[in-house]
Amino acid sequence: MGGNDLEEKKSSGSKELLLKLGIPFVAVLAALLIGAGVIAFIGVDPWIAYKSLFMGSLSNVNSMAETLVKTTPLIFTALSYAFAARCGLVNLGAEGQLYAGAIFSTTLAIYLTGLPMIIHLPVAISAGFIGGGLWGLLAGWLKVRFGASEVITTIMLNYIAVHFLSFLVTGPMIEPPGNFPQTPQAQLSAILPKIVPGTRLHLGFIIALLAILFYYFFLWKTTTGYETRVVGLNPTAAEYAGINPTKNALLAMFIAGGFAGLAGTSEILGIQLRMFQAFSPGYGFDGIAVALLGGGTPVGILIAGILFGILRSGANMMQMLARVPIAIIYIIQAFVIIFVISSGYFTKAYNKRKLEKQAREGGTNNGNTDIDS
Amino acid sequence: MEILTSIASFIAADFRTATPLILAGMGLVFSSRAGIVNIGVEGMMLVGALAGVAGSWWFGSAWYGALFAMAMASIISLIFAYLSVTVKADQIVIGAAINILGLGLTTTFARTLFGLNTAPPAIDSFSIIAIPVLSQIPFIGQAFFRQNALVYLAIILVPIASFIMFKTDIGLKVRAVGEHPKACDTVGINVYLVRYITILVSGLFSGLAGAYVSLGLLSFFTENMVAGRGFMALAAVVFGKYSPKGILLAGLVFGAAEAIQFRLQAAGTAIPFQFLLMLPYALTIFALAGFVGKSRAPAANAQPYEKD
Repeated sequence: MGGNDLEEKKSSGSKELLLKLGIPFVAVLAALLIGAGVIAFIGVDPWIAYKSLFMGSLSNVNSMAETLVKTTPLIFTALSYAFAARCGLVNLGAEGQLYAGAIFSTTLAIYLTGLPMIIHLPVAISAGFIGGGLWGLLAGWLKVRFGASEVITTIMLNYIAVHFLSFLVTGPMIEPPGNFPQTPQAQLSAILPKIVPGTRLHLGFIIALLAILFYYFFLWKTTTGYETRVVGLNPTAAEYAGINPTKNALLAMFIAGGFAGLAGTSEILGIQLRMFQAFSPGYGFDGIAVALLGGGTPVGILIAGILFGILRSGANMMQMLARVPIAIIYIIQAFVIIFVISSGYFTKAYNKRKLEKQAREGGTNNGNTDIDS
Repeated sequence: MEILTSIASFIAADFRTATPLILAGMGLVFSSRAGIVNIGVEGMMLVGALAGVAGSWWFGSAWYGALFAMAMASIISLIFAYLSVTVKADQIVIGAAINILGLGLTTTFARTLFGLNTAPPAIDSFSIIAIPVLSQIPFIGQAFFRQNALVYLAIILVPIASFIMFKTDIGLKVRAVGEHPKACDTVGINVYLVRYITILVSGLFSGLAGAYVSLGLLSFFTENMVAGRGFMALAAVVFGKYSPKGILLAGLVFGAAEAIQFRLQAAGTAIPFQFLLMLPYALTIFALAGFVGKSRAPAANAQPYEKD
């Protein structure tokens, strides 16, 4: 299931590698083409629409910074989905974990006073990780303890988090005197500093890059990470090898939730500065697309995150200049997922046909084909 | 007497809020029993909601709107079916993609069709039908017999779906495919076909449920108006233990939480209504975890079937 989609294929030769890089490329291109079709259908020149999209996201320092601002939460939620998938779990709860993380970090960022930034900021960020992590851990616990499928529980926990956040910002955490359903602003000592002057790009982006590094080192350079991946690839074999799948599932859901929690944290402490309802425009589900497009690899997630950041930040300009609704990027995004996820089927069909052809032509290339693995 | 009136109106409201969950649930129960986890129902309902309004606008009748909604949602469900059954892609991921697609398509086309700043067009929607005689019975009439047609339809569908599922050959095939596709294949049941058809059925009913949201509860379309009801219908299937009658009860329990919540908000009580809104989701988690009677998914849940 989830884990296998992100599973790396053994690259036996450059042709295989080309295929691996080619699939996401073709998927994006095909999705953009379909998007162009829809844009043309609603009566706008797709060329003008896409030009304004890319102008809006890449034409100057400010728009590029804005692209990275949009990239930041996507990297976190993609890491969240990908990390759980590496352990064979389907985490559809990034949205809820994002909100849980935001609740934890915002609470400390508002109500913890008198601390210098050097202490306050790391404390608030860590709280965000822990908050999201605990929300993910809850789904993990329900799975290993009661056998409740994380697919459904993580979706349910999303809504519980959404309603709890709504309760907080309209009730206990509302900004006095209570005219608007939002919290007070975070203390200055807990706000992520801007890293490019004159833009909104903040330290959260650097933290996202560090999170990618952590993802890489943890999964590929530590024993626990190795165990996590073995559980994801083959739980039975893992158990024979003396790896505890329960422990690994819990840890994976905690870390996955933690990543998503950082998405909420960086969005609040870096951009919004206060918490209100529905501040995430669906970053949780976007993360799935980013993770899949990136093949669950560190570099892939970074590139896919930037690409989706471009779409998100450029969509505003496209709506303004070309009168194409922002929602068109959802269509593009959906087709990216569809093409990436079904690519295995079509390459397999292609390989099979090729092998059959070889066999017919009396080729000896039998037996050693592991294309089905 | 006053309290009776408000109880009756509460029951009526409960049925109104439960109806989209029951309608979608009656389709989902078949695909779920056949081993398909269709989280794309949210997107299919959304497509149904927009198509319902558009159809009613174009053809001048809410019923045509509902039919158009069913047609459009079933097209989306066939995409889901092709990708999950034939291509054997991960059902969960495809479902997530379908939801994103539904949101994108409906938001884009709603703006194109109805514009941004113009008032929504006046369209035919499902109006309340008071059943003669029965609706005159004190209390009972107000509680049960003054609803729109789709509410009655949802209730009538429950015993029908239950009969098909548990008393007919078709139902047996569907259940067998969800439990043991391989065995079905050996006795000549076409696993792919059964799954395609059940997904199509779930698409048809998701479309109808979506049309109910836009033409029954309201009479216009707004962005993302299904607002999680698809996921809640999925939850009702799980909480209702994969049986039509269970889904009816689950729908009414979930609907009650929403109906009470509206009342609390209106009455301005101190109880935070958000906790009531959480109830359906919490109950579903409890059901999955076995706290309120274990809900067991079919054995071949979410597994693509690979023919040898």
